[in-house]
Amino acid sequence: MANQIEWVALSVFVFFFALVTVMGFFAARWKSGPVSAHLDQWGLGGRQFGIWVTWFLVGGDFYTAYTVIAVPALVYAVGAYGFFALPYTIIVYPFVFAVMPLLWKQAHANGHVTAADVVHGTYHSRGLELAVAITGMVATMPILALYTYSSGLRAPALIAFVKDIMIYIVVLVAIVVVPAKLGGYGVVFAAANDAFATKGGLTGLTLKPSQMLPYASLALGSALAAFMYPHTLTGIFASKSADTIRKNAILLPAYTLLLGLIALLGYMAYAAKIAVPTPNDVVPALFQALFPSWFAGFAFSAIAIGALVPAAVMSIGAANLFTRNVWKSYVNPAISHAGEAAVAKITSLVVKLGALAFILFLPTQYALDLQLLGGLWILQTFPALVFGLFTRWFRAEGLLLGWAAGIIWGSWTAWSNGLKPLASIELGGASYMFYVGLGALILNVVVAVVVTVIVGLISPNRTSVTARS
Amino acid sequence: MWMLLLVPFIGLLWVPFYNFTEPSLFGFPFFYWYQLAWVPISSLLIWLVYRSRTPDEAP
Repeated sequence: MANQIEWVALSVFVFFFALVTVMGFFAARWKSGPVSAHLDQWGLGGRQFGIWVTWFLVGGDFYTAYTVIAVPALVYAVGAYGFFALPYTIIVYPFVFAVMPLLWKQAHANGHVTAADVVHGTYHSRGLELAVAITGMVATMPILALYTYSSGLRAPALIAFVKDIMIYIVVLVAIVVVPAKLGGYGVVFAAANDAFATKGGLTGLTLKPSQMLPYASLALGSALAAFMYPHTLTGIFASKSADTIRKNAILLPAYTLLLGLIALLGYMAYAAKIAVPTPNDVVPALFQALFPSWFAGFAFSAIAIGALVPAAVMSIGAANLFTRNVWKSYVNPAISHAGEAAVAKITSLVVKLGALAFILFLPTQYALDLQLLGGLWILQTFPALVFGLFTRWFRAEGLLLGWAAGIIWGSWTAWSNGLKPLASIELGGASYMFYVGLGALILNVVVAVVVTVIVGLISPNRTSVTARS
Repeated sequence: MWMLLLVPFIGLLWVPFYNFTEPSLFGFPFFYWYQLAWVPISSLLIWLVYRSRTPDEAP
């Protein structure tokens, strides 16, 4: 079967893929404002997205194709440990509810488009602004999508509707039909349990004692990093009001429920007796084995489109950062609104081409490793972006040095552990493993506090605050 | 009321609370249904906080 082309599956795939691409180009006319005239229009969809569009858009870039493929793959490979995505995508929402409306208000009141704009507005430090902008751009680089060039954020928002509806159908069918075919969830878990018993090592239906701290720290670190990315922040800034965001914090967990059930596809593969060469093939192999080919085609196009939405929003987020915080700050401070939108369009294309070259010319493992480092890096912008919403005590110098310390220590530790996300620490003779990103964040905050105290002793007056506007 | 937002963090990040298989529910080991149950519980807690806060002026 592997050598034969599944024509039905392929035609269904091509049809839906083409449909969505055409919708993307038409999206420029949807909720039409002067798209090319202002960065608010191109890069934030006019800041007018209500509860449902925001729900689809943020859901679309937060729960990506990566989730549908990678989470079941990890669960298939290691069992319970791969499930950390579930606590992560639950505890992120109390955080979103408490913090993101404040961030939205600040951005809306001052016309900020990016995280780096907000940081500059708070601390008036060009260095800190640049640090946040570059971290955001580098962390989102390894992804692509070409067609947003013409229609900006409207395209992913409109496509997200279709993609989410398709993924919902696929997932609902999968989580109902697959266990029914296999003999119920009890059988699924029993099959996975037997497989892990044979496999041994750090696998199983529950966590080994040594995996508990990695599990919890990965969940917490990922939750804090999730809404620091340019693409998720773009979804936040593009919404209509602070209340839109609050209501979404209540409604978005619906996706998490699906994610939890999608993760179990990894166990269903054991019950279906599917053996795959690499864990990433587990979901496609499962669908192909259990569904008629037309539905498998539908499912694959849902997953492929699912990859395009976050990629498109990511390139827009990165383009906004470049335009506002590099081009406007360093190249042409007098740029017009229409000029900003033009620069952002070209940048988003360059970002996508760069990402495409990246995927084509570097081994896939590099992209995966970079994604890990990206999470670690973006988490280091947390203090600069979030602390300023609650207190003005921190100094820009402290936050900048803290950022640098977190990035350097985190990258070096991850690198020397062979790009594994875990680091270990010796305390009282016992060794504890934890997520590198969270360790780097703690170091980051400690450095920021110490430097702020020292700078406060040297120059008690905050001269810089009124220097720029 | 805002303290309610911390409850999911405690319930989910303290892994020894739920790292076992029994009692199972509809074939799901405890580890799985416990974490899935936190999804609606967290939504409910956030909604309670949302309801109790004073609404801000329309921007």
